[in-house]
Amino acid sequence: MTKATATLLYSKEHEWVLQLDGNRVRIGISDFAQKQLGDIVFVETPEVDDEVTANESMGTIESVKAVSDLYSPVSGTVVLVNEELGDAPETINEHPFEAGWLIEVEMSNPEELDSLLNEEAYQAFINEGEE
Amino acid sequence: MGMATALKQTPLFEVYGKFGAKVIDFGGWALPVQFSSILDEHESVRTKAGLFDVSHMGEVLVVGKDAERYINYLCTNDVTKLDINQAQYTAMCYPDGGTVDDLLVYKLDNEKYLLVINAANIEKDFEWMQQHAKGEMALQNISNEVAQIAIQGPNAEGVLQKLTETDLSKIGSFRFVQHVNLDGITDVLVSRTGYTGEDGFELYLSASQAEALWVKLLEVGSDDGLKPCGLGARDTLRLEARLALYGQELLPDISPLEAGIGFAVKTNKVNDFIGKYALLAQKEAGLKRKLVGIEATGRGIPRHGYKVVSEDGEAIGVVTSGTQSPSLKKSIGLALIAAEHTEVGTPLKVEIRNKLIEAVVVKTPFYKKG
Repeated sequence: MTKATATLLYSKEHEWVLQLDGNRVRIGISDFAQKQLGDIVFVETPEVDDEVTANESMGTIESVKAVSDLYSPVSGTVVLVNEELGDAPETINEHPFEAGWLIEVEMSNPEELDSLLNEEAYQAFINEGEE
Repeated sequence: MGMATALKQTPLFEVYGKFGAKVIDFGGWALPVQFSSILDEHESVRTKAGLFDVSHMGEVLVVGKDAERYINYLCTNDVTKLDINQAQYTAMCYPDGGTVDDLLVYKLDNEKYLLVINAANIEKDFEWMQQHAKGEMALQNISNEVAQIAIQGPNAEGVLQKLTETDLSKIGSFRFVQHVNLDGITDVLVSRTGYTGEDGFELYLSASQAEALWVKLLEVGSDDGLKPCGLGARDTLRLEARLALYGQELLPDISPLEAGIGFAVKTNKVNDFIGKYALLAQKEAGLKRKLVGIEATGRGIPRHGYKVVSEDGEAIGVVTSGTQSPSLKKSIGLALIAAEHTEVGTPLKVEIRNKLIEAVVVKTPFYKKG
């Protein structure tokens, strides 16, 4: 299991955001989310050049048992998609923070990052939900 | 994840935690969806052995001189064909041919039968049975006193044999032995039945002894790869084996014939049974819709409730169950569709999140052991 780094930000929908150069971010789902989903068998992400909008559905992720929506944590244009997931969606279970990333987005509104949670706030958010 | 206190618990609820179960609300029951992972547990059952708590299932005793006649009136299969210590898969129907439930009938004695019914239907079924009671017989709902544990997979016999002197190799398919002693756990009904498409046993015993048997089996079975399994793997296993699930393949508005369990409907048996004339009429007129296996050839997984569309865009039915098959690594499903589209090889489309995904009718079962 890989650990999250302190520089990640999280949405309440359990996506993580890693800031790359400039306004570009990498997006994935959290370790907590992959554990909740169980064995992931299918991922449907937007394609390169698609527009995504913060807090709106951008695709789906399916475990053996269930289908869940993926919500974009930011708005912008998709610039890169993790093609490896098509054949190996289980990578998300194994390495949610590294090889299991979903897409990279060029943000149109970088201020949206301010409304995301840092590691500590996200952990508190999860713990609250588990009680 | 807060667990509402109102959920019903099986006698094994207390041990789930010790084996790492993820417990969910399953039709009002607190049941384990998985222990390690659904894929891992599925694989264990196909190659070694898996242990399932199925104590949520309901059990009803039918006792009396007219028990056999009553069951034959209540159910679609022919119970008169059963020997003592033999079990039979059957259905109960409404007069219009719709399905009340699917169940197993165990002939314990000439005047004593055990009916095993679905958890979600216990109250509905028992009421239905009482309404149609006739002759010299009595019904007893013993669901709360009886635990049920299933041990399934190629190593199931070997593991279970370690606990008993009863020769398990002599128990044929759909046969059982009563009053077995499993290493001090007494009066167990050991039945060579299951819901996974693998060889295995279903064990019925008093609720108070369930925990001891569960722990004991996992202890003696660990060398043979026996693992506790949840309902997630049970569902993928039964679907690969094309075994019907009440609430999905079988419903009050779906007849056993439509659901493809016509082998359990004996319209030619000597006596009348509830639903007989509706089912006969369906047979004579030809079925308008049938349950088929489908495989999604496009990217996506068919799921319960998704619409099925013909090649030329006509809505022809619905997916009743679907999953990514762990054994076949393919997206498979069962679909109830218009009869003219049910031939193997017929191309179809499944509407998955507003997109039409290519699929094809395939032979079932999707997976066969060996």
